[in-house]
Amino acid sequence: MSTNDLWTTTHGMVFGFIFLLGFAGALVGVYMMKSEWLTAEGANVNVHRLRVFLWLLAAAVWAAVFTGTYIVYPLYRAVPPEGTIDLTNFPRYLLLANESTAFWHKFGMEWKEHVAFISPLAATVVAFAVQYYGAALTKKPEIRRWVMIFFVVAFLAASAAGMFGAFITKAAPVR
Amino acid sequence: MNTAEINKPNGPVAAALLAGGIGSAVLGLLTFGAEASEGIKNILNWYNPVGPLMGKSSLGILAFILSWVILNSLWKGKETNFNRIATIALALVVVGLIFTFPPVWSILLGGE
Repeated sequence: MSTNDLWTTTHGMVFGFIFLLGFAGALVGVYMMKSEWLTAEGANVNVHRLRVFLWLLAAAVWAAVFTGTYIVYPLYRAVPPEGTIDLTNFPRYLLLANESTAFWHKFGMEWKEHVAFISPLAATVVAFAVQYYGAALTKKPEIRRWVMIFFVVAFLAASAAGMFGAFITKAAPVR
Repeated sequence: MNTAEINKPNGPVAAALLAGGIGSAVLGLLTFGAEASEGIKNILNWYNPVGPLMGKSSLGILAFILSWVILNSLWKGKETNFNRIATIALALVVVGLIFTFPPVWSILLGGE
């Protein structure tokens, strides 16, 4: 693997995957914070783990967007020298050079690079809410419902970004 | 869990949610603005290798942080109409989602 391959993998397959895979467990953790389902001791133990988990997931998705934007994206956007025929090392230009692949940039990358940023905003808000209320979240069904809604939004935004990242990497990998 | 925790006012969490919505909306509107105007696109191009994405994302994150700080100072220790604020926050997130969606640019700007 080249250094570029390593960064692309770290961005998507490490940081992105941590968030996408961890989402379901964390969502269930928040959903389970119901006073009728947990003892006081259970709520305290559960929320301690949940707090750490949610902050880790928020950190992972922030790391995903920052490595994506400032390391992988410049490689994707690299401008080929004039007269370059082989655009293999210039993914954006490679995709745009052909009508059958232009969609992956014009829709896929254009959507992915922007919508991804909504995910860490929403994930941070979720982590904060659970941090703030702690075990008392079991007595706050209204807060819990909104926390789950925002967490689902974070997941959907990350999913769109991750899915198109995977497709674009297949069509025009960063080397 | 003690009574103090249960009785914590919802102001800080409402502030965080609304700040998340504001940051998302700012990101979305700047994204659309850059598509609509070459001038805005150039202003947002703070670093060529990243292009206008740096300006869009940085200002969106700045809007998130600043609004959180301001709203938290206003609502700390207070009980707010949480459902109403959370609904507004979600609506702002939807604004962000809509304006970061490329087909919307084509529809509104009449392009391909």
